Amino acid sequence: MAKGQMASGIVAGRLSADVLAENFSDLHPPYAPHEAAVAADRCYFCHDAPCVTACPTSIDIPLFIRQIQTGHPAGAARTIFDQNILGGMCARVCPTETLCEEACVRETAEGKPVEIGRLQRYATDTVMAAGVHPFTRAEPTGKTVAVVGAGPAGLACAHRLAMLGHDVVIHEARAKSGGLNEFGIAAYKSTQNFAEAEVRWLLQIGGITIETDSALGRGLTLSGLRDAYDAVFLSIGLTGVNALRAEGADKDGVRDAVDFIADLRQAGDLAALPVGRNVVVIGGGMTAVDAAVQSKLLGAENVTIAYRRDQDAMGASRFERDLATSKGVRIMTNVQPVALHGNGAVREIELEYTSSEGGSLKPTGETVRLAADQVYKAIGQTLENAPDGLNLDGGKIAVSDTGRTSVTGVWAGGDCASGGDDLTVTAVAEGRDAAMDIHNSLMG
Amino acid sequence: MADLTTNFLGISSPNPFWLASAPPTDKEYNVRRAFEAGWGGVVWKTLGEAGPPVVNVNGPRYGAIYGADRRLLGLNNIELITDRPLEVNLEEMARVKADYPDRALIASIMVPCEEAAWKAILPRVAETGADGIELNFGCPHGMSERGMGSAVGQVPEYIEMVTRWCKQYYDRPVIVKLTPNITDVRKPAAAARNGGADAVSLINTINSITTVNLDTMSPEPSIDGKGSHGGYCGPAVKPIALSMVSEIARAQETAGMPISGIGGVTTWRDAAEFMALGCGNVQVCTAAMTYGFKVVQEMIAGLSQWMDEKGYESTSDFVGMAVPNVTDWQYLNLNYVAKAKISQDDCIKCGRCYAACEDTSHQAIAMSEGRVFEVIDEECVACNLCVDVCPVENCITMVQMQPGEVDPRTGETVQPDYANWTMHPNNPAAQAAE
Ligand SMILES: Cc1cc2nc3c(=O)[nH]c(=O)nc-3n(C[C@H](O)[C@H](O)[C@H](O)COP(=O)(O)OP(=O)(O)OC[C@H]3O[C@@H](n4cnc5c(N)ncnc54)[C@H](O)[C@@H]3O)c2cc1C
Ligand SMILES: Cc1cc2nc3c(=O)[nH]c(=O)nc-3n(C[C@H](O)[C@H](O)[C@H](O)COP(=O)(O)O)c2cc1C
Ligand code: SF4
Repeated sequence: MAKGQMASGIVAGRLSADVLAENFSDLHPPYAPHEAAVAADRCYFCHDAPCVTACPTSIDIPLFIRQIQTGHPAGAARTIFDQNILGGMCARVCPTETLCEEACVRETAEGKPVEIGRLQRYATDTVMAAGVHPFTRAEPTGKTVAVVGAGPAGLACAHRLAMLGHDVVIHEARAKSGGLNEFGIAAYKSTQNFAEAEVRWLLQIGGITIETDSALGRGLTLSGLRDAYDAVFLSIGLTGVNALRAEGADKDGVRDAVDFIADLRQAGDLAALPVGRNVVVIGGGMTAVDAAVQSKLLGAENVTIAYRRDQDAMGASRFERDLATSKGVRIMTNVQPVALHGNGAVREIELEYTSSEGGSLKPTGETVRLAADQVYKAIGQTLENAPDGLNLDGGKIAVSDTGRTSVTGVWAGGDCASGGDDLTVTAVAEGRDAAMDIHNSLMG
Repeated sequence: MADLTTNFLGISSPNPFWLASAPPTDKEYNVRRAFEAGWGGVVWKTLGEAGPPVVNVNGPRYGAIYGADRRLLGLNNIELITDRPLEVNLEEMARVKADYPDRALIASIMVPCEEAAWKAILPRVAETGADGIELNFGCPHGMSERGMGSAVGQVPEYIEMVTRWCKQYYDRPVIVKLTPNITDVRKPAAAARNGGADAVSLINTINSITTVNLDTMSPEPSIDGKGSHGGYCGPAVKPIALSMVSEIARAQETAGMPISGIGGVTTWRDAAEFMALGCGNVQVCTAAMTYGFKVVQEMIAGLSQWMDEKGYESTSDFVGMAVPNVTDWQYLNLNYVAKAKISQDDCIKCGRCYAACEDTSHQAIAMSEGRVFEVIDEECVACNLCVDVCPVENCITMVQMQPGEVDPRTGETVQPDYANWTMHPNNPAAQAAE
């Protein structure tokens, strides 16, 4: 029987432990001090810098880079954390190519931006590796706030509230906190259990209790939380997934990409994690790319992303698409699944070509079949089990600029709330801003 | 966080970073914004006599020297003192001082070298509520042709005379700003002290021509095909300023005199260095002109972080700490022996150390197969040139030899005790060590 990449079906151990370790090492490895000095030197300290405007958390980027230049990475970290307490994770996962680095004037001048993300990592790593938490709590206010969901939005909100002197209890449905930082982000972006270490570091502020296995809708109710606390912040993310409307979508081997990624992130031993020989991922966003690339890195022989519109319409950035193709993933555009074939388990996927001229998607009638023993659905996450009584907007909890929902005393932020991109950094910004608004309203 | 509050001549400011007298402090609009950005104090752009103000050229007044990546290292200017009416400046100063009582506001003054001129302007400046005055004896262009600025600063007798007038007609602190365009800066500093000055500030700008346009054959900045020397400032002048500051700090006639350090201060570290050499505070011009007022935020954060790391609670804790370590060459320890060491892990194999040492120094670096560069201890005199030209920080370091080890270059055993040139056998004037 064929072994390794050629083994048919969904099997574990396609690659050796060494190769897996190499494949899942840091996508953007940390800078050595000399590299950081050279990279920092390139910053022009622009006035009213466009990179700051492009950062959803408005980190004072020129200032922190100057602090690296002048030999104070810890001071730089402080500048970052002032605005973004998850600056360590954001340094690793932000699509900087569409945020700060896209706005960098050196991108305009030379097509080579200052590497802001890696510099941010250099600064934040310095402080976090030393275990130093640079903030202390204000005098206790006697107010208590419930945060629902321990993802980036909830953690950022809780930290800011705790810093301002409030007591916070986070209710988290899962057994482990971190949200998608822990269960969703690609493994090569958050190596060495960084997500978990970051939560531990963040909690050093004090005043935050996390109750795991404690879910809204499973025992906890919104009205109960409103009664028990002075304010409530909802940051429950998007736990639902869109259904695939294709014949045979219920066959074995067809899975939600987010579940596969969660398994991968929690796997103690990647060599024990099974993956198909022929993997097809349906979708065009960040999740699709992450599922495809990580399948390939696990040793799948053929990995294809099948997206129904053209390249430009893909949610994944140019950088991410290039990353996928550089790892050997094939990106097919203008195809949509019509049927999954196989006896019990999927063997082939049948795709129909589409035309998206003029914006509207039309099937062309022409189809193609690809071998597929694993099919991942990455066609979008949805808000699930939103508490009753909250107004929704576009399927998400409707909120004001500062995260106020339609119910008094209840704020929301992150992926579950309307407005903003579904990004870690946006979740952090929304959590922080809601915390400031909660603080102002509690202290009135 | 360390407290950066600084007391200089009894004038308190929330931090030791003042803007030097120059365009950044030329008007109310700028100074208010500077204070909002965090600057601890300002020395207002130099005031002249009442009456029609001076005029500036109407073409370029700056020239520049760049480092790699077009980083501004030196700036040259041919600007004169304020070209706005005295009354306007005085009114603005009074308003700003009233609104920012916690910030230092110093009036810089340059009027002709006549007692009447000083007697006339000083009471008017006093009325603004300014915390003190700075006498501009430094401007090296334009004003010096009219017998002011560096033309006064180069004659110690004039400095002493004018300072005395100021102490007579003005009752707040008097700072004398010195020109570096002089052979021995201790002389004007001593003259200032003799005249009763409360402090000196230095340096003002250095005579300079930054570039010559090889098509038009005009020095830059060029005004209609002609150029005039200007005043040089910015990071490039810092070493000159540090040396002059140190001389004043350790000379007997001027030791202990408060100093405001100026010249190339760009980061917290530059400021800390000036202060370690005896400056009670620093003044900044080019860094603000290059990066905007916001640059002070790095200076503030950096200085306080460094003070925290070192355990200094107030700036006065470290002011002057490096002064005792500035000495004459003849007192340097000749028994201190070091050797360069190249870290093979950090070396990127550019060979610049080799070229420097082989061609221009002591042929003490060997290049072998695979571009491996290693120091030959038998030849290395520890001159530091390789360290200075190496593009990788800390790749080449100077390692001190320990007493008892034999220096392979001289064959002599490194001695534990201190011995300098005054005791050296080769020195005809040597006195035997006791
Ligand atoms: C596969 C994948 C890859 C991604 N990669 C990137 C990337 O590289 N860069 C980037 O910027 N963004 C990325 N994102 C998006 C990013 O992860 C999210 O935008 C971000 O995590 C949103 O944060 P959040 O706090 O709103 O929600 P989440 O991170 O989803 O956290 C929500 C938390 O709430 C908990 N919860 C849910 N329901 C309840 C309930 N009823 N009661 C109690 N707790 C509940 C959940 O268990 C979870 O812990 C990716 C997303 C996915 C799915
Ligand atoms: C454009 C310009 C104008 C200046 N005008 C004055 C002045 O009016 N009075 C004065 O005392 N110094 C003046 N200076 C000198 C500065 O105050 C300061 O001493 C010098 O620039 C060195 O500091 P720096 O290296 O931080 O720029 C001027 C400097 C520049 C660049
Ligand atoms: S900086 Fe430029 S625009 Fe401003 S006054 Fe000078 S020459 Fe004119």
